[in-house]
Amino acid sequence: DIDGVGPKYHLELVLEDIVDEDSTVNCTAEVLYHLGNKNIAPDVQFTIEGELKNADEADNIFYSRIKSLENELVAENIPDSHGHVSPEMEPIRLLAWVASGYVMWQNSTENTKFQFAQIKHVKQVKRSDEYLEFDYMILLHEMVSQEIIPWQMTVLWHPQHGVQVTQDSRQPKHA
Amino acid sequence: MKILLVFATLVAAACGEQLFVGDQVLRITASNEEQITLLRALGEQAELQVDFWLDPTSPGHPADLRVPFPSLQAVKIFLESNSISYSIMIEDVQELVDEEKRAMMKSRRIERSTRTFDFASYHTIDEIYDWMDMLVDDHPSLVSKIQIGQSYENRPLYVLKFSTGGSNRPAIWLDTGIHSREWITQATGVWTANKIAEEYGQDPSITAILDSMDIFFEIVTNPDGYAFTHSSNRMWRKTRSINAGSHCVGVDPNRNWDAGFGGAGSSGNPCSETYRGPYPHSESEVKAIVDFIRGHGNVKSVISIHSYSQMLLFPYGYKTAPAPNHQELNELAKKAVSDLAAVYGTKYTYGSTADTIYLADGTTIDWAYDNGVKYSFTFELRDTGRYGFLLPSTQIIPTATETWPALLDIMSHVLEHPY
Repeated sequence: DIDGVGPKYHLELVLEDIVDEDSTVNCTAEVLYHLGNKNIAPDVQFTIEGELKNADEADNIFYSRIKSLENELVAENIPDSHGHVSPEMEPIRLLAWVASGYVMWQNSTENTKFQFAQIKHVKQVKRSDEYLEFDYMILLHEMVSQEIIPWQMTVLWHPQHGVQVTQDSRQPKHA
Repeated sequence: MKILLVFATLVAAACGEQLFVGDQVLRITASNEEQITLLRALGEQAELQVDFWLDPTSPGHPADLRVPFPSLQAVKIFLESNSISYSIMIEDVQELVDEEKRAMMKSRRIERSTRTFDFASYHTIDEIYDWMDMLVDDHPSLVSKIQIGQSYENRPLYVLKFSTGGSNRPAIWLDTGIHSREWITQATGVWTANKIAEEYGQDPSITAILDSMDIFFEIVTNPDGYAFTHSSNRMWRKTRSINAGSHCVGVDPNRNWDAGFGGAGSSGNPCSETYRGPYPHSESEVKAIVDFIRGHGNVKSVISIHSYSQMLLFPYGYKTAPAPNHQELNELAKKAVSDLAAVYGTKYTYGSTADTIYLADGTTIDWAYDNGVKYSFTFELRDTGRYGFLLPSTQIIPTATETWPALLDIMSHVLEHPY
């Protein structure tokens, strides 16, 4: 516990590549929760021991495919009720998952545990610059309360510039 | 030809089945009353063994007569010499019988293949209920279906009973699908129920268990919720009961039991996913199980199956104090989890609910435990969050397959530790 601020956790974890499960890298992190002000995201400092696997080729293929679409990509329910994701939608799901990590971080406290549940709806927003933009409506599952929380997020991505969540807002729950 | 006939007759006699090889059916039309009288007399001749399929009534109306092969020549000579007109309606009765048999077998084969249930997909409540009846049909001396009550929306609450006899034997209770969105659990339930039926008499462990104990298995424990996940909201967890004074529907059936009811591990807000309900056992789905287990009086284990998180939990969830036989439950969980991991490497954590997942009050296994059911466990099946509730159907059979040895470990322990 850090006096006047809140509890600090020291973590040792292993990062595993989603696509290639055998590719792992060790990581240490320090997480500090701000007890006083719950509206501030926890501080996270981390060190990765080694290098993350290079995904340039897959990134570029996905980037070119979306850039060359005539009509904006639109999709819903990924995965579907039966857990299926079509191969073309897999990168869209992964992008949402990564972007949702940011949303989860920003909204975490010592008493929350978020998981990405589903993309309800995604719509590409065509841009004149080199970035890809997607407007997502996702569902997060918060495990302590067991709530399913709809969340809107606007995601920018470029193979060399990474992921950015430029806008996000929690939505009212399904009745 | 004659040798074949004799042989066929011998075989038929041995099988107890009557053969009609070479028999014919003649359609006879009498032209006057005298001929009708003659026909009736023909029928009376015992040694001919003819039988009328359509009796001779009046002239101009056809009579159909089956004539056994040995009598054919004599009957035809009789008819011809009396100028009674006839035609051959059926050339060989046995051929017709054989053809019919073939057709019936074929349709039974088709029926059986539509009865082949696809364990590797998720099913609707109707499909599961239909399959239950097929399971009972296929294993009538082992499996029966009982109804323990009705859901809020009046759906039947069915429990499969596995029993090799006896009277009120010590029993194991299994349930899946109490939280409707946890689809992997109902699917695992179907596979597992089938496995129990198939493996009795083959697998030594399940055979030993069923030779002394009964198993009661409720697969769709929350049918209203399950139907709702198909029709409207895949993420629905609770029951579908209307809450007085609120627009929010449903009670968390795993916070509604009378064990530590109303604590910090549940919510008093009807809109919450962990809403405990207005009072313990307010939900008919929960009350039905309470009444059943109480009424049975000899249930020795309750295993409630949920998803997701990959955990094996035991009491308590409503308090952090360890259960009296914490040590024993912990050791058993450790073994079960190890045997589960041995199948595909799937890692589970284990411990009391409060230590391992979170404080949760009013849960199934805490109630069972506090009511004398010493071996009460909750499974949280695959995965750990990658797909969560939307676990791909390709993982149904692997999940059920790896869970099976863990279930056997628990059930065997119960068998070997009577109380």
